[in-house]
Amino acid sequence: MQNVFKQLGVVLMLLPAMALAADADYTLVIKDHQFQPAELVVPAGKKVKLIVENQDATPEEFESHPLNREKIIAGKGKATIYIGPLKPGRYPFFGEFNQATAQGVIVVK
Amino acid sequence: MLGAAIIVFREVLEAALIIGILAAATRGVVDRNRWLVAGLLAGLAGSAIVAASTDLIGNFANGIGQELFNAIVLGVAVLMLAWHSIWMSSHGKELASNARNIGNSIREGRSASSILFVVVGLAVLREGSETVLFLYGMATTGDTSTMLTGALVGVLAGVAVGYTLYAGLLRIPMRWFFASTSALVLLLAAGMASSAAKYLIQADLLPSLASPLWDSSAVLPQNGLLGTLLHGLIGYDASPAGMQVVFYIAVLVVIGLGMKWASKPHHHYNKLGVI
Repeated sequence: MQNVFKQLGVVLMLLPAMALAADADYTLVIKDHQFQPAELVVPAGKKVKLIVENQDATPEEFESHPLNREKIIAGKGKATIYIGPLKPGRYPFFGEFNQATAQGVIVVK
Repeated sequence: MLGAAIIVFREVLEAALIIGILAAATRGVVDRNRWLVAGLLAGLAGSAIVAASTDLIGNFANGIGQELFNAIVLGVAVLMLAWHSIWMSSHGKELASNARNIGNSIREGRSASSILFVVVGLAVLREGSETVLFLYGMATTGDTSTMLTGALVGVLAGVAVGYTLYAGLLRIPMRWFFASTSALVLLLAAGMASSAAKYLIQADLLPSLASPLWDSSAVLPQNGLLGTLLHGLIGYDASPAGMQVVFYIAVLVVIGLGMKWASKPHHHYNKLGVI
């Protein structure tokens, strides 16, 4: 019985960490019209909260056809984009306003 | 310059297709052109305001303000198109063939005009604000004159496609004209509903059901010319979420049933079209 409580205690202590893990945020930074990191690894089969922070003064549009997402991020602004749950694979995205340099890929593993 | 032209063309094209279809569908409505231009101007003014408030809108509701804004704009447009379709299926034939007396036409034309005004305004608002933001970004970093040339080419090309669609629709013989434009308006509304669902999924307010339900990007990529055209016309999506397809079909069915109901002879005297 005591053992059960002990286990329960361990689970309870871990709960905040588990909740945090379930809500994991991933951050992309736009700087000099480039995404950093250019390759972001996220888990498969899970909804992911992506935060895109635009450090440039000009607006950018995060766009991805395979992810089916598009969102404008104001200059010096921040945006939240929910993606997934996704199958493993590579999902390219780009900044529509600066396509020459703003390229990246979400790698789902 | 080419980059700017292509991006502006894409944005303008979507609004131009909507305007082309609606302008044809409201053929014969009194003062139609005046309302169309009014909607265009209101949309342009609004798009500058929306572009300037991007950060404000984006930060609203914990960072999902932009999705909410787009979904609401699209939702209102879908409602207006639904009203238009249902109302036109009981009055449109007479209106198009000028069989009605002028007094009735003006009174009934008013609701068609107000729908035209709102939908054109909202279409220009959405696409215009993105164009304004893009051009603003270009203007602060690059060469303004080449950018403006590119933008102008993009606008003209988009308008040309929209006008071609409009002129083509007007050539359809009268006995098929009404059914053709009605079908196009219906598909337009369904496509907008699917886009609205996409934004609500992106904001995590709706489940995706399946992401994606299918992937036809290898056969017909959405960023190609045909894909872009079909996206603007019938809401083609190369890799849609299941929920988008649910929205698409639901709107088709609901408006379709409404049109069937309204076109029955004994409903001809209904007051749907009178404000």
